[in-house]
Amino acid sequence: MVSVAIIDYGVGNLRSVEKAFAAVGVDAVVTSDKTALTQAERLVLPGVGAFATCMSEFNRYGFAEVVLRRVKERIPLLGVCVGMQMLFEESSEFGSAKGLGLLKGSVKRFSSELTVPHVGWNEVSKRFTSPLLNDVDNNSFFYFVHSYYCDPEDRNTIVGETEYGIRFASVVAKDNVCGVQFHPEKSQASGLRLLKNFAKSDVR
Amino acid sequence: MFDELHSLSSTFGESQAASEVDALGTHRQIEVYPTETMLAKRIIPCLDVADGRVVKGIRFVSLTDAGDPVAQAKRYDEEGADELTFLDITASSEKRNIVEDLVRRVADEVFIPFTVGGGLRTVADIRTVLRAGADKISLNTAAVENPSLVAEAARTFGSQCIVVAIDARRSNSNATWQVYTHGGRRITERSALEWAKEVEELGAGEILLTSMDRDGTRDGYDIELTRAVSSAVRIPVIASGGCGQLHHFYDAFTLGGASAVLAASLFHYGELSISETKSYLRSRGLNIR
Repeated sequence: MVSVAIIDYGVGNLRSVEKAFAAVGVDAVVTSDKTALTQAERLVLPGVGAFATCMSEFNRYGFAEVVLRRVKERIPLLGVCVGMQMLFEESSEFGSAKGLGLLKGSVKRFSSELTVPHVGWNEVSKRFTSPLLNDVDNNSFFYFVHSYYCDPEDRNTIVGETEYGIRFASVVAKDNVCGVQFHPEKSQASGLRLLKNFAKSDVR
Repeated sequence: MFDELHSLSSTFGESQAASEVDALGTHRQIEVYPTETMLAKRIIPCLDVADGRVVKGIRFVSLTDAGDPVAQAKRYDEEGADELTFLDITASSEKRNIVEDLVRRVADEVFIPFTVGGGLRTVADIRTVLRAGADKISLNTAAVENPSLVAEAARTFGSQCIVVAIDARRSNSNATWQVYTHGGRRITERSALEWAKEVEELGAGEILLTSMDRDGTRDGYDIELTRAVSSAVRIPVIASGGCGQLHHFYDAFTLGGASAVLAASLFHYGELSISETKSYLRSRGLNIR
């Protein structure tokens, strides 16, 4: 049984996520095997590129059922980048596409007034303390690459915020479901710390 | 801010003082700051590699193997580089597997984003490099010869990982800048400004803009070119070519409108370190990580 299973549905640079966990001493595997997903102690939902493509690939692999079931069993789930967006109900990207609906709210595009995608290192300011951000300083820099952002309906789920034209939710958490808009696996020490926190936190 | 902080014990986000939070967050308000952002300006060292070895990279005296891309990448990471760019100048295309191996080794040990460019011609080439662990790829000649490759790559992998590199030189009439390919050896009919707008349309996520007039001169980035391109597109522009002094970086950001700056030989020959560059820019008021 592995500690962390990184869900492989053919999208994204999963090797980096796996290696980042390894760098902080966490046993993580990239897998598309449903048995492994059923047995893992924690799940990571990655995602890059287009929301609709990610969702349709994810569904084509038939992962929704197992992931939703594991979440009900209180297994911690971390969505990364588009993986975080997929936790929400829907995205306005290319019309509208349905997400997993684990968190209430939608995914919206940044204003056309801004340089988009939002690429680079930006600060995350904490709104609440969360085990996810243990030993991560307030206003630490993390690496972002995205054109859409999550707009949670429940502001209590917004753990960290980042400013880019607007203040958007860069870290969300509700019970055992959490998500980060940036790439922790590419955010040097702060990102590695966050991944370690996720893997080691005592979550029901 | 800190009056909102309260401790959560066993779950990631369960609020223990919901009423307190409700009082703060019932009416969601989106504040708009159209010009102000906290996004840091990026400093990107470039490493030229051939046959999996660094041929032009920083000459750190402390490195026992200065040609090892992984050792160099780690050192740049420690110095505070925001990203890395590897330009593969391997002549032979049969050596793709060497590049793949290099990418894999870097990705295993370096936890900042990196871009790989040079010789990528097909979606399959791009897939190989991305799957090995690169965060972005850059296209230059292949994009000019086959613009649909940019669109196909963006559609397949997402715009966020597709960088189009444009090598530009001022035309003889001085009126515009022309695009060159094949490492600057071949002139094309394209204007750099038009090509920049076109690749944005095609789905490129960033433009790496090199001034051939300035490259190697140390006279500073071509501010006019950088300004012209960064105002013509909404995607980030990385300025490249000609940096010789600290204030050149500053000018590329403030006058040129660049989102990032790339430099190779300046860091390579150890004339400037990433950390002193960053403290200088910070002291001049720029937002630097």
